[in-house]
Amino acid sequence: MSTQVSLEERFQARIDAEQKIEPKDWMPEAYRKTLIRQISQHAHSEVVGMLPEGNWITRAPSLRRKVALLAKIQDEAGHGLYLYSAAETLGISREELYNELLSGKAKYSSIFNYPTLTWADMGAVGWLVDGAAIMNQVALCKCSYGPYARAMVRVCKEESFHQRQGFELLLTLSKGTPEQHAMAQDAINRWWWPSMMMFGPNDSDSPHSAQSMRWKIKQKFVDMIAEQIKVLNMTLPDPDLRWNEERGHYDFGTIDWTEFNEVLKGNGPCNRERLAARRKAWEEGAWVREAAMAHAAKRQQSV
Amino acid sequence: MRDFLLLLADNTQILGHRLGEWCGHGPELEIDMAMTNLALDLIGQSRNYYQYAADLEGAGRTEDDLAYLRDAREFRNCLLVEQPNGDFAHTVARNFLFDSWHFFFLQALCQSNDDRLAAIAVKSVKEVTYHLRWSSEWVIRLGDGTEESHKRIQDAFDNLWTYRGELLAPAPYETEAANAGYGVDLHAISSRKCSTFSALTQTQSGNE
Repeated sequence: MSTQVSLEERFQARIDAEQKIEPKDWMPEAYRKTLIRQISQHAHSEVVGMLPEGNWITRAPSLRRKVALLAKIQDEAGHGLYLYSAAETLGISREELYNELLSGKAKYSSIFNYPTLTWADMGAVGWLVDGAAIMNQVALCKCSYGPYARAMVRVCKEESFHQRQGFELLLTLSKGTPEQHAMAQDAINRWWWPSMMMFGPNDSDSPHSAQSMRWKIKQKFVDMIAEQIKVLNMTLPDPDLRWNEERGHYDFGTIDWTEFNEVLKGNGPCNRERLAARRKAWEEGAWVREAAMAHAAKRQQSV
Repeated sequence: MRDFLLLLADNTQILGHRLGEWCGHGPELEIDMAMTNLALDLIGQSRNYYQYAADLEGAGRTEDDLAYLRDAREFRNCLLVEQPNGDFAHTVARNFLFDSWHFFFLQALCQSNDDRLAAIAVKSVKEVTYHLRWSSEWVIRLGDGTEESHKRIQDAFDNLWTYRGELLAPAPYETEAANAGYGVDLHAISSRKCSTFSALTQTQSGNE
């Protein structure tokens, strides 16, 4: 028992000293479980997030845009891959993680349960969704678990490139025909509130430090987007959005939490479609994975 | 020359388009990423050819005008590349049939007397060396893997075999290209392609 206490104390001391915890280090079971849940949820979000954008690969309006979109989705697959690998260092297999996603036990970001209706959505997703994701994730580059922190450094770099790409796409549409401008405005109207929901529910009365941190990040996001929307010559669908001289920040309206909770419960526009697509890919790929394993096993025998 | 460039551009664009359809739906994340890589390479190659064709026209049209705004009848691609993805075995078989032609074709095209075309070929052949390796390895893996995978890859070859001939049957503008020295003599690459293929099928049956 006393060694147990000292292990925990040593662990805590390393955390306090802001040293990284590595896969082979001792860690409390609760720490391991929380990390697996958080990292796998993040990995699942990357992989499910490939679907709404994949919807537009074959219909991208130019070869340049098509290549950029393919590369972006490939980045997301790459993020999924290193995040799954980071989770695997905690003693869980990719297959187990997948099964948790496909059975609905593990969650992924609710944002991907919204549909991508037009090409302009590729811009709005990049600018708003990736923008909100970076704000949330940048702190993770400094998190205590080494493999996760290192994966996040790369993820954040690529995400910020995606965000600029999304903005550029919207800017092009904004300067295009009236129809293109209207299409971009419509995409922004549809993606604004779901992006705001990515910062999670907040209770302004709560003194909880994590929540007040999240509130600050959300304010930073609003301040940034409220300025950039002017460059796009468009508007955000929030009648309460206005500059507050006293606070030095933008005021903004309240989120429709009923909608948020419904999407969370699985009643969003695309919850079923997204999971069905993942399940289909996994099930239809089973024979391929089995064949690869069988071939590898035969090769090993013949060596 | 324009027709010859459009043939190369359309082949690579259409196959890239097909591979792009897999993105997010592959049997495994690594395979998904590999197929996206192939798509990116191929569409990149097609852009080089379309840009060249557009420059030759000198009519102010762009790569996108050529890729998007021509009628279906004007497309020069071989039928093989437009075959639907089917199951993963069909994709592998289709790509292998194309890659094993494409590789030797590009090798020969590196010797083109047209500098710009030769430069595109030199860059592309590096990418396609990897494409051929990828599809060859999967043909072997599926052929050797399980009973089911063997049957699936065999079915895929049975279904797609009929499209292979077109790759080696020159259209008039290909013959013209070969004669003028900027194209490729398809007869010369035919024997090399066949030997790659028989070597591979032997490996497959040898492992059984």
